[in-house]
Amino acid sequence: MEDRKLLDIKNLSVVYNTEDETVYAVDGLDISLNRGETLGLVGETGAGKTTTALSIMRLLPQGIGKVTSGSITLDGKDIMKASERDIRAIRGNVVFMIFQDPMTSLNPVMTVGNQILEVLRIHNPKMTKEDLDRSVDDMMNMVGIPVSRKYEYPHEFSGGMKQRIVIAIALVCEPKLILADEPTTALDVTIQAQMLALIHDLQMRLNTAMILITHDLGIIAQNCEKVAVMYAGEIVELGQIERIFNGELKHPYTRGLFASIPKLDSKVKRLEMIEGLMPDPTIQVEGCRFAERCKFAIEACKDAPCLNEVESDHLIRCHLYDKSDGGRQ
Amino acid sequence: MILRRLGQSIVVLFLVTLIVFLLMQLVPGDPILNYLGPTATKEQIQYYTQLYGYNQPVIVQYFKWIAGLFHGQMGHSVTYNIEVSNVIFSRLGTTLMIVIPAFVIAVIFGILFGIIAALNRGNAIDTTISVIANAGMAMPLFWIGIIAILFFGLVLRILPVQGYVSPSEGIGNWLRHLVMPVGILALGPIAQFARQTRSSMLEVVRQDYVRTAEAKGVDRSVIIVRHELRNALIPIITVMGVQLGSMIGGTVLIESIFNIDGLGNLMITAIKSKDYMVVENGVFLIACAVAVCNLLVDILYGVIDPRIRSAR
Amino acid sequence: MQENVKPSNKTGEAKRRARFIRVFFGRKAVVVCLAILIAILIAAIIAPYICLYKPNKQDLSSALLSFSAKHLLGTDSMGRDVLTRIIYGARISYSVGFVAVLFSGIIGMFLGAVAGIVGGVADSVIMRIMDAMLSIPMIIMALFLGSIFGKGLFNVIMAVGISMIPSYARVTRGQVLTLNGLDYVTAGTICGAGKLQNAISHIIPNCLSPVIILMTMNLGTAILNEAALSYLGMGINPPTASWGGMVSDGYSYLSMNPIIAIAPGVAILIVVLCFNIVGDALRDALDPKLRGALK
Repeated sequence: MEDRKLLDIKNLSVVYNTEDETVYAVDGLDISLNRGETLGLVGETGAGKTTTALSIMRLLPQGIGKVTSGSITLDGKDIMKASERDIRAIRGNVVFMIFQDPMTSLNPVMTVGNQILEVLRIHNPKMTKEDLDRSVDDMMNMVGIPVSRKYEYPHEFSGGMKQRIVIAIALVCEPKLILADEPTTALDVTIQAQMLALIHDLQMRLNTAMILITHDLGIIAQNCEKVAVMYAGEIVELGQIERIFNGELKHPYTRGLFASIPKLDSKVKRLEMIEGLMPDPTIQVEGCRFAERCKFAIEACKDAPCLNEVESDHLIRCHLYDKSDGGRQ
Repeated sequence: MILRRLGQSIVVLFLVTLIVFLLMQLVPGDPILNYLGPTATKEQIQYYTQLYGYNQPVIVQYFKWIAGLFHGQMGHSVTYNIEVSNVIFSRLGTTLMIVIPAFVIAVIFGILFGIIAALNRGNAIDTTISVIANAGMAMPLFWIGIIAILFFGLVLRILPVQGYVSPSEGIGNWLRHLVMPVGILALGPIAQFARQTRSSMLEVVRQDYVRTAEAKGVDRSVIIVRHELRNALIPIITVMGVQLGSMIGGTVLIESIFNIDGLGNLMITAIKSKDYMVVENGVFLIACAVAVCNLLVDILYGVIDPRIRSAR
Repeated sequence: MQENVKPSNKTGEAKRRARFIRVFFGRKAVVVCLAILIAILIAAIIAPYICLYKPNKQDLSSALLSFSAKHLLGTDSMGRDVLTRIIYGARISYSVGFVAVLFSGIIGMFLGAVAGIVGGVADSVIMRIMDAMLSIPMIIMALFLGSIFGKGLFNVIMAVGISMIPSYARVTRGQVLTLNGLDYVTAGTICGAGKLQNAISHIIPNCLSPVIILMTMNLGTAILNEAALSYLGMGINPPTASWGGMVSDGYSYLSMNPIIAIAPGVAILIVVLCFNIVGDALRDALDPKLRGALK
């Protein structure tokens, strides 16, 4: 078994070119993932998480979304340079993306059985009809949807069940990587746990890697091994989950995120918050992007900081941890 | 439920008869006088008025008509001096021969052009189709007819400028007479369908489920047909219903220009000559046709969109 | 549907107005069309001052002339200058268009609002009558009404106007029903507002938008219908110049001087096209989300 990384993103930069303006969505992103690993991608709306995921599948809005630099290598293939045909072969088969809103992710005029069948058939043209049907049935059982409902339409299912159908579509071809973009945000809290457990279970069975995009730190804690914190198109912190959650070293933004979680065991009159808003994505910021909201900003923050390895497997993009500066906590 | 819609349609049709009847009563002039002319004597007027029942109270006239309808009798035409149903149905075939092919052509070509425009969004092909469609909707029907007559009939001399010929007198001749009326009647609807199809397709393309299909690795052409088109058809069907109604109105103009002896031309003559029975029954028949079309459109909705099927 | 209706909001107003102006006037096509429409309107108003000839003055010695320096678009069968008649014809088209649309819009909106707000039997009765009116194709309805009211400008306006009422009633009623379900209207009721008060402050203002858009889109249809009526001889009284009537006159002389029939049609085409483009832009500017609802 090769010791090759499953996913290797180097220096990815993505812009959106609309009629009025250019939005710098992602800037110089580096992410890598091994087989079977789960990476949590955390950050506010607009940080660039979804854009990153769409880029991996080359699903950026045509004509508007553009990768301006960097490379993405998935399972040994160069995504940027791949032909249309190769990309289509990869989509659904090697990588799939679960979108945020299950209510609108399914085609309203196709039966759910057929929608699961569709992805299977495309990537397995030689499979017989019986085998195809059997695989679809097996998958439906695995996600907990009665096979008898195969011929029903999406509108006849609840939100939670719709998401299960999407998960079935996602995993029926046993892909190597799943990109889950806030898969539980649109669901009831009680269903959320079920859904995540289901995804986790299937992931274990099929040894599928996952990038779990969310703004909920609790979900990250329960499901991921590695975490990447994104802010304004950059990764500001990256590391093993224990380090980031339990450790003392944190990026000021991350610190702010953790501080704003309401805690049951402390009495506070107001929740802590991070003052200010993310910078305007149409403007390319000089220096540290978080500086204007940062409690610990220093003179050096005028220049853009790099990712510094503060301990093993833990990177933080902040001048406070810049060893060449003498470093300060 | 379909039954409920059927019930509603019947109520509407009754209202139509009421409206038409009342409106006809408001039209100034006396049908008998019109028919007999200015030289009529008092006795003649009295005789005919009584013969055709125009001297009875209005309510009685109305109910006699409705009762007759149930038996398939439409009353007497003053202008043509025969049973109205003869007058109407002899011309119905001609009109249908024009409307139905025009509709089919409009649907096929309109949707086709709409898809092409949507797929080529933003570039020259799309702009051309959109501009032509917009222009097509703005052109007065009678004017295009006249231009066509001028061009194909008088200048190029390849098509006949008037009249209708039944297929029994030779298929070639029959078709030649049909080309212009059918083609021109179809032009406006083609433009409407193209516009609606284009905007429906563009709406659908932005939907999440299309993105899901792309994420699955589905081929582009398959996505267009299986995912986009089927969902885009739903509002297009609404347009179909509307267009059919307006095309029936369009035949009136077409028949007038090309001097075709169909239902539309009949309506014009009958209204002008105050032939009560012909007008009332003619309009009623047209309204029935429209009601049937609307019912079919509703059924079609159910076939294409499973969500509507369930709601029933 | 939640986003396309907003409760009154001052700062939001200014932003929306700016966006409206940007979207509406942004496209070159729209500005061009508006310019053309306004130019024609002005020409129609000051017609007596800019036309060299009187529109109804016959001059049989110069009948059926083609393009010339004296008569830019030639003359018709009675020697009347075609260009002059086209400019005067604009008066008819614009008057019928605007008045008929305004008339049908107001009445239709009222009926639709009543049907939606009062509901119950009133709703059923009104909507069935509207359905009945819609079952009769517009031209035939207009022909009918035309024969009742007779020829003449006022009657044509009535005929065209009445035939367009059902579409406004439908749209308004639909909008009212949607609004009734929205939370902030319910909130109004919870705060103690009566049905009428709710109607006036919340529902009616939000119905205006689709009705106005429909009105602009119907201007073209109204003009086409008037032209059709005049063409069939049920519209404007001759010798008054109307575009439809001119086409009808020109039909008989097609082989001798086709301009008489063609030119007024081109005028209709240009005006209707411009109104349609402006109408589309208005709809996009006021609320692109209504695009599907107003076909």
